[in-house]
Amino acid sequence: MPETLVDMMPALPELFLACAGMALLMIGVFRRGESTRSVSYLAVLCFAIAAVLVVAGGSGPVSAFGGLFVVDGFATFAKLLILLATALAVVMSQGFIHRERMARFEYTVLIVFAALGMLMMVSANDLMSLYLGLELQSLSLYVVAAIRRDNVRSSEAGLKYFVLGALSSGMLLYGASMVYGFSGTTRFPEIAQVLGGGDTASIGLIVGLVFVVAGIAFKISAVPFHMWTPDVYEGSPTPVTAFFAVAPKIAAIAMLIRVLIGPFGDLVGQWQQIIVVTSILSMALGAFAAINQRNIKRLMAYSSIGHIGYALVGLAAGNEAGVRGVLVYMAIYLAMNVGTFACILCMRVNGRMVEGVADLTGLSRTHPLMAAALAVFMFSMAGIPPLAGFFGKLYVFLAAIDAGLYTLAVIGVLASVVSAFYYIRIVRLMYFDEPTEAFDKPIDGDMATLLVLSAAFVLFFWLIPAPVVDAAAAAAATLF
Amino acid sequence: MESWPWLTIVTFLPLFGAFLIFVLARGAQEDVERGARQTAILATGATFLLSIYIWFEFDRGTADFQFVERVDWIPGLDIAYHMGVDGISMMFVLLSTLLTPICILASWRSIRVRVKEYMISFLILETMMVGMFCALDYVLFYVFFEGVLIPMFIIIGIWGSGERRVYAAFKFFLFTLAGSVLMLLALLAMYLEAGTTDIPTLLATDFSYDMQRWLWIAMFASFAVKVPMWPVHTWLPDAHVEAPTAGSVILAGVLLKMGGYGFLRFSIPMLPEATAYFTPLVYTLSIVAIIYTSLVALAQEDMKKLIAYSSIAHMGYVTIGMFTLTEQGVQGSIFQMLSHGVVSGALFLCVGVLYDRLHSREIARFGGLVNIMPKYAAVFMIFTLASVGLPGTSGFVGEFLSLAGAFIANTWVGALAAIGVVLGAAYMLWLYRRVIFGELTKEDLKGMLDLGPREVAIFVPLILVVLWMGIYPTSFIEVMEVSVAKLIEDHQFALRSAGSTLLAGR
Repeated sequence: MPETLVDMMPALPELFLACAGMALLMIGVFRRGESTRSVSYLAVLCFAIAAVLVVAGGSGPVSAFGGLFVVDGFATFAKLLILLATALAVVMSQGFIHRERMARFEYTVLIVFAALGMLMMVSANDLMSLYLGLELQSLSLYVVAAIRRDNVRSSEAGLKYFVLGALSSGMLLYGASMVYGFSGTTRFPEIAQVLGGGDTASIGLIVGLVFVVAGIAFKISAVPFHMWTPDVYEGSPTPVTAFFAVAPKIAAIAMLIRVLIGPFGDLVGQWQQIIVVTSILSMALGAFAAINQRNIKRLMAYSSIGHIGYALVGLAAGNEAGVRGVLVYMAIYLAMNVGTFACILCMRVNGRMVEGVADLTGLSRTHPLMAAALAVFMFSMAGIPPLAGFFGKLYVFLAAIDAGLYTLAVIGVLASVVSAFYYIRIVRLMYFDEPTEAFDKPIDGDMATLLVLSAAFVLFFWLIPAPVVDAAAAAAATLF
Repeated sequence: MESWPWLTIVTFLPLFGAFLIFVLARGAQEDVERGARQTAILATGATFLLSIYIWFEFDRGTADFQFVERVDWIPGLDIAYHMGVDGISMMFVLLSTLLTPICILASWRSIRVRVKEYMISFLILETMMVGMFCALDYVLFYVFFEGVLIPMFIIIGIWGSGERRVYAAFKFFLFTLAGSVLMLLALLAMYLEAGTTDIPTLLATDFSYDMQRWLWIAMFASFAVKVPMWPVHTWLPDAHVEAPTAGSVILAGVLLKMGGYGFLRFSIPMLPEATAYFTPLVYTLSIVAIIYTSLVALAQEDMKKLIAYSSIAHMGYVTIGMFTLTEQGVQGSIFQMLSHGVVSGALFLCVGVLYDRLHSREIARFGGLVNIMPKYAAVFMIFTLASVGLPGTSGFVGEFLSLAGAFIANTWVGALAAIGVVLGAAYMLWLYRRVIFGELTKEDLKGMLDLGPREVAIFVPLILVVLWMGIYPTSFIEVMEVSVAKLIEDHQFALRSAGSTLLAGR
């Protein structure tokens, strides 16, 4: 094999996905008409193949493209989560896009490219490749958010997301240029070397770091950079929201971890304060602002802001246990959110989607199994043992206490009590109140399968927690 | 040391029953309901019989944990599935397994809607309760301790009787959760200090005095809400009034004991110096609880609310007795918890009997029941007197020992707590007089039926237990004696070795 090809081999899953995306585009263009469904299934197949390639590629660590790109255990773990979340999002959207007449093959193709961008993000080993991955992801997502051109809310969501996202990208670029200016390099290992030199970091470098963190905080919708989240969640078509809620969050938080622990690992004293404050604000806002939401998608937006706050608790600890905690948390977050959005996608009355929290009233009478599954997700998000969400919180708070962040931990658990209020309010609506209007029956087969699988994961996580936790621990260990 | 994992079987048999109901109960509604009821009573009955076996096999001569099982659970963190009982926890396991089948029986007719879900909730609840008392790993304990919230929230919210059931369910859930999450932090801090959450290891770990005090406060937040101690007791009257009868029985009978058990298992033995430091606080809050809630009970017009307030007062003796750390006090407090579990449970069942017939719990709606319901009047009398603490009933032994301990530790505490005995007699006997005696004047009462065979079957075992505990307490005290002695010995040793002057001051 020529040397350039060997150098590219670690990026095989990404290369495959890029080619697959273009091939799917061609299929869509040339078959026109009825191609949407086949393109979607092919896309899911491609994600599966990419996942196999990720696993087969091993967890190095090896780098490619002259050090711009790195594959290690951390990247492998994050990529598997991203591919899983993306594939599930495509599966979940099938029924919806056909019913709501937005079945266009571009939708799936854009998601494939977004996934490619996300894989690039978590493997980036240089500020340039990081930005490339981020923009590939973001640009695809802007379009996906506005995919219903004829719908004002969807267009508004896309535009809002684009304007604010572009602003955040600008901030990130600005920060990156400052980092480059003061350290003389964009490579992560070299930045780490410059910072590890023993001298105190120059103020310019720290300002650059702050801008980079602010840019990424936009992507994970951490307070105070969260403003776009509720509007975009509410305005986007529901399957798009389901997609936004999981995969991009995992990718962005993995990227944040890599940037902060890798090149800026020696500045932990500087960025820890930022993360602690962001985390506290996110948890508090996620808890209090969700209480009065009447739209379930807005509620989930605030809920996800809160969850990001908890994940940041682990990152704030800045140690290996903390990163493990974040990864465990995100894996569990994936299961809970996929399940919850599968429920939301089943909320149809007479063929029309409904989004009000109040529409869930009396669900336990009309759809007992769906209500039971949603109750499991809600209790889990509130962090009640023995459900999976509790273990996610256990790991991040363990790391926070280990790092001596007692105030953060106390505020965090108290915020979780406040957030429990609105989670159990949903349980109350479903179980304690009499039904009004029943949702359409039966719910789609693939949706039911997703619901059962994710509910089983959340419900029985306590039986065999070892696989997820061990994998996360191994992934976290590669960063240190 | 055991060939069979008895504790695991006892813990998870109800869960298995719940699973069976979930999977098998299908078809016509009649069949589903009958199947659910029968499976539930079989599962809980079998659980009770198995726990009786543990009672017989239990070695009373040692303070060690028995029936120990240990399986690695979360390997990276050294958190294990570790189960075992000692003289303190064994009795609570028995209490839980005794009360649950009684609750199922008591709900046989009174629960008419969603019977399947009801039985599943109750069986899950039993698994959580039993597991909590058996757990020998702090994380495992916490999982069961918190897991109780989910079924109880559902039980109060769905099958509760009143207008305010949703409010009560939320209050119960959020109060308890707020306390517990702080304990979770204490748990994590202890894990990081000791490197394990294994309870026997934590019992042998010395924490620094400064750390002990913070840990103690965090645990106190959790257990005090659960007990409940004044001023965080306000969730209890609401929850009791709104919960269905069986829910109240479990709340008063077992859930309150989780707080007391927590103090005995964690706060006192693991944090001895902080315990000594905070004992005056516990005394004060307990005395306020005893006197204040007794007075409040006098003013109640709802029977369930009255008994709920009496529960808070009775739990005041428990906390006082426990923190005296005298042999009498600790034994008394455990005995009082067991006795209160049976007696207050039975009192709620007595109220439930009336509620099933008239759908009212208002004291003023009744009167003169002795004329038409003689059997009921006799049963209610036995439990009223047991609650008051008449010699020969279980209530006497518990109260007497707790107060004896209090007098040994501090005369003032004993004297003030004893006021509660007088007040307790006042509100209970007054309640009894208003409901049972007097002229039978109200028309709608005249048609009320006396206890049926099913109800007699519910009350007879409880009466036997109350009398047995009152007449021959030895069979219960001998189980806990060695464990309690070890608890006190270790505590005093810890204080001496810490060079604390607090002990000398006693």
